[in-house]
Amino acid sequence: MSIQFSLKGKGGKGVAKQLETICITTGPVEVGDYVTLNIGPIHPAMHGTLRVITKTDGETIVSAKPEIGYLHRGVEKLGENLTYSQFLPITDRLNYCSAICNNVAYEMAVEKLLGLQVPPKAQLIRMIMMELARIADHQVCVGILGVDLGALTPFFYLIIQREEIYEIFEWHHGARLTNSMGAIGGVEADLPERFHEKWPKLRDTIRKANDETDKLLTHNRIWMDRTIGVNAFCADDALNWGFTGPMLRACGVKRDLRKEEPYLMYDEVNFEIPTGKHGDVFDRYMVRMLEMEESVKIIDQAYALYKELPEDAPLMKKVPKIIKPPEGQIYHAIESPNGELGFFIKSDGSDKPYRIKIRPPCYMVYQAFEDLVKGEMISDLIACLSSLNVIAGELDR
Amino acid sequence: MSLKDRVADILGKDLVALNEFRGDLCIEVPKGRIVQVLAKLKEEGGFDFLSDLFGVDNLDLYAKAAKKKKKSQEESEDTGETKGKESVQPRFEVIYLLLSLSTNERLQVMVRVPEDDLELPTVTGLWKAANWPEREVFDMFGIRFKGHPNLRRLLMWDEFQDHPLRKDYPLEGKGEERHLNYDIA
Repeated sequence: MSIQFSLKGKGGKGVAKQLETICITTGPVEVGDYVTLNIGPIHPAMHGTLRVITKTDGETIVSAKPEIGYLHRGVEKLGENLTYSQFLPITDRLNYCSAICNNVAYEMAVEKLLGLQVPPKAQLIRMIMMELARIADHQVCVGILGVDLGALTPFFYLIIQREEIYEIFEWHHGARLTNSMGAIGGVEADLPERFHEKWPKLRDTIRKANDETDKLLTHNRIWMDRTIGVNAFCADDALNWGFTGPMLRACGVKRDLRKEEPYLMYDEVNFEIPTGKHGDVFDRYMVRMLEMEESVKIIDQAYALYKELPEDAPLMKKVPKIIKPPEGQIYHAIESPNGELGFFIKSDGSDKPYRIKIRPPCYMVYQAFEDLVKGEMISDLIACLSSLNVIAGELDR
Repeated sequence: MSLKDRVADILGKDLVALNEFRGDLCIEVPKGRIVQVLAKLKEEGGFDFLSDLFGVDNLDLYAKAAKKKKKSQEESEDTGETKGKESVQPRFEVIYLLLSLSTNERLQVMVRVPEDDLELPTVTGLWKAANWPEREVFDMFGIRFKGHPNLRRLLMWDEFQDHPLRKDYPLEGKGEERHLNYDIA
């Protein structure tokens, strides 16, 4: 007998009506042995302002409807009313775990619209910074996944390293979280002096932290029980739902835009694309862990390429102060830590974009949420949500 | 065979216009045939991945073009004949971003939607990925998708009246406030 049922039976009409209003957005209330459970938008286990309205049969989820829009700020509308350079700081507020990837994705889209080629040194600095951001993003994701499943220690190992990465960001462009790195046409500053001493040490500590996390989690009995086979997803479904990034790779599809559509200088560095097999929480965790290792490798190689360039190599392409691209529309996508992050820009020849559309990677992943968690337990819903790395800022725009 | 020719070959009569800019190919197809065209591109063209789907409001663009035209007409003092004959261009566009997983080619498929007939068939039958994007287009532009399993507002709240990404909606909003109507008796 469900709570809802018993409330109605007792004549508690007020409370029953309240229950109805809570799920009014999901359609009519089914009278069955299901309990409607509302999770979020303000809840410690929901990342940001996410809300899921679930129907449960005991502990098992019968349906889970995500409601989004609690962090909708109208970024696309804002973009139509700001100039091309003014929009750059707004992109920080999309995926705030790896703001640099958003910045570079936007800059590259505008550069494509302008038909610009950025100097090689700027490309390498962008690559190094983006990979650092990727490591930071994955560290947060894996750390929080651990916290949500009750493993607090790895979070500290990882977050200490993230602080070190943020220190590099701070030296380079003065901001830690909302980076606004670079500008349209290149980057404004060379790698900071201290980076050259810092990186050889940092790469080892990042690896050490990953190693410790791996030792604590990967073969841990509790961890394995909580993650292996939990919301497994097949590759065909993942492609049909528009998955990209680590989520797709965990399903066994070897696809990475850094390899498929190489941008910057990614075709000049060697790295592997880690893939999973079952698309479950464990595979997603493993893919992210291995990607961090690959990112360290990419930074090493990019840094070696950077060292070969003369010290006074240009960092910026000459771009007019007021950017007025020709009429036309382009779409450009990069591989952000979460997957394909694309910017569609339509220009009408004025100094403001006519239309900006952001294609956030976790938007496509999160819309399949019901398919992912149906038939699982409520506690697995939390594990699933953490492993998706849904960032509300990017989701709602 | 280039992508352009291949697409033209597959679509035949359904190809209304073709536009290339900085290597991005954008094709226009008739509104009524969108599902068939996309199915064809999926089956024969190998565009098996729907990357995104979104709307564009061309109101300001047309206003600008009309202004320009008027100006040039005034300059050449050649009014009268062409006036009144102007065909009304459809106000909205919906763009489907397709991707071929095997060849990594991208294609923008565009349909024009006039203001007096804001309805398109849904493509959720071809790609589940179209589910939320179609809801967002409905939310932001007011274009309805026929056959969509759950066509409700996505980002704005359900009681919201306007469609905020339309060009005639002011940036600062119209002073709407969200009231949560939990009328507990």
